[in-house]
Amino acid sequence: MEKIRTGINRLTEGFSYLETNVYKYRIILYAGGLSLSMLLPVFGFSQYMTRIFIMIGIYTMLALGLNILTGYTGLVSLGHGGFFAIGAYTTAILMLRFQMNFLIAVMIAMVFTGICGLLLGLPTLRLTGTYLSIVTLGFGEIVRMVIMNFDTVTNGTLGIRNIPRPSFFGFELTLANHGLFYLMLVLLILVTYVCIGIQNSNMGRTLRAIKADELAAVMMGIRSSRYKVGAFVVSAVLTGLAGGYYASLVSYIDHNSFTFDVSIMILSIVILGGMGTIRGMFLGAAILVAFPEVARPLMEWRFVVYGLVLILMMRFKPQGLLGWRSRLPYKIPVLKRSQTYREEKEANRRGR
Amino acid sequence: MAYLEVNKISIRFGGLTAIDKFDFKVEKGQIVSIIGPNGAGKTTVFNILSGIYRAAEGEITFDGRNLKDKSPQEIVSLGMARTFQNIRLFYDMRVIENVLIGTHIRTGYRFLDGLFRTKRFHLEEGEKIRYAADLLKTVGLEKRIHDYADNLPYGEQRKLEIARAIATGARLLLLDEPAAGMNPQESEELRQFILQLKNQGYTILLIEHDMNVVMNLSDYIYVLDYGKKIAEGKPQEILENQQVVAAYLGEGEVE
Repeated sequence: MEKIRTGINRLTEGFSYLETNVYKYRIILYAGGLSLSMLLPVFGFSQYMTRIFIMIGIYTMLALGLNILTGYTGLVSLGHGGFFAIGAYTTAILMLRFQMNFLIAVMIAMVFTGICGLLLGLPTLRLTGTYLSIVTLGFGEIVRMVIMNFDTVTNGTLGIRNIPRPSFFGFELTLANHGLFYLMLVLLILVTYVCIGIQNSNMGRTLRAIKADELAAVMMGIRSSRYKVGAFVVSAVLTGLAGGYYASLVSYIDHNSFTFDVSIMILSIVILGGMGTIRGMFLGAAILVAFPEVARPLMEWRFVVYGLVLILMMRFKPQGLLGWRSRLPYKIPVLKRSQTYREEKEANRRGR
Repeated sequence: MAYLEVNKISIRFGGLTAIDKFDFKVEKGQIVSIIGPNGAGKTTVFNILSGIYRAAEGEITFDGRNLKDKSPQEIVSLGMARTFQNIRLFYDMRVIENVLIGTHIRTGYRFLDGLFRTKRFHLEEGEKIRYAADLLKTVGLEKRIHDYADNLPYGEQRKLEIARAIATGARLLLLDEPAAGMNPQESEELRQFILQLKNQGYTILLIEHDMNVVMNLSDYIYVLDYGKKIAEGKPQEILENQQVVAAYLGEGEVE
């Protein structure tokens, strides 16, 4: 036991030590990582490999979406498979029935998923902890039931077939021409950008304060319910985006694509990678998506191992693999133009 | 009219009258203390003032405005902020981030400004961060800016909690037992710190058990027992009040 603990701790200590250096060369590293991933298809991977990379990308997006809710705000959702399904079904139906372009369909799907997030967020405001998790779990199952029984719209248990691939100006993106891979990359960068934006702004800070101590946050003048609903909506929107892309990727969806396992998988990634971090989602998704492929013989034992991994993580490293506290100094911007801007603003105010 | 005027507030929890027609006044720039034995209802008064509880009866006027039916957020934005008896910092966040949360109420930029990192976002965020750093310097925590809140020693956590309250832009600070659990040296430091705040123009309403702190700092003292005001006056008057002594030590003949 003690050995496992020190082992894991030493590992993350090492990572944490690396952080300073990673930060120093971050531009080179980001550019290198990006160009490497852009070049991946050129290395001539099979469609099977490309597909795995794409699935890692999708699950990274899903985890980033859930991370906003679970990682920052501390609300554990067990029903993100539901949002995933709503995004996928909306996109599929819009593309098939209304011949919409992929981008437009996905955008509408994101809005619709966001509304669903709002509808789930509002009545659950007073719930925290386990109670909230139970409600979200119920939500995920309700979505599945609706999909199974709302035949006229969702085609019931038969699922939706022949969902068209995304195409732009007559050019169809497929696995073979690597278009789908690059589309995933673009969407992933977009989602990551949104998450970084939230993390580094007032919103991210506020969400973390709510997680740390909601009463103290309220006493600092934070309208915590507004921010919690906001987190629900943003999280649902990002999940909906991943869902829309997924529908277009697999071209066949039914209620079995969005089971409870999917929700658990997303949550496992968030916990394994490190709640409240962005880097952790990438590592977590890579490990948990690639694992069953690498360990084919273990297939039936997959969820046993998941469970084991989660228990071990909770026991020895509850903050996740990459979930350490940053040791970099907090960035304090120096006085520059902004100072004169402020004086100007003050002067204007006085003038008025 | 006084800066904060509380007129006959009462609150009941079931059959228990926790606060019974309590009234008090705080003038601008004063340090006013509420003392009383454990369970007298002091923290309940703070909870009513800061909007967690609603008073069943009575009126609260702060800076000329009636606080009836105001939410905690509105009360903070009017310029009243509090600390907690058991320190409630955001422990998983840095010292400076704790203070930045205090400035939340004065954030003008929107969600999308943060997402697209507009000029407005950069200017305001920079301004807030510099303000927070300056504030930490004035309370003597400049060396701790980058640390995480739970790594601070007890006395500094108290200071940080007060700094966080100041960052909301509050002019009236409600301090709930700031000296609790401090050794004599720490509480002396705290006394100096509160005095410094007074000199900077803050008005302070204090709940405290440490009589050394209370008697040396307060301009005026109210004594609460079983939710009722049993005495009020200047520190010297309170020390000589028989009723207060009885409430603290009990009555009876010395044998």
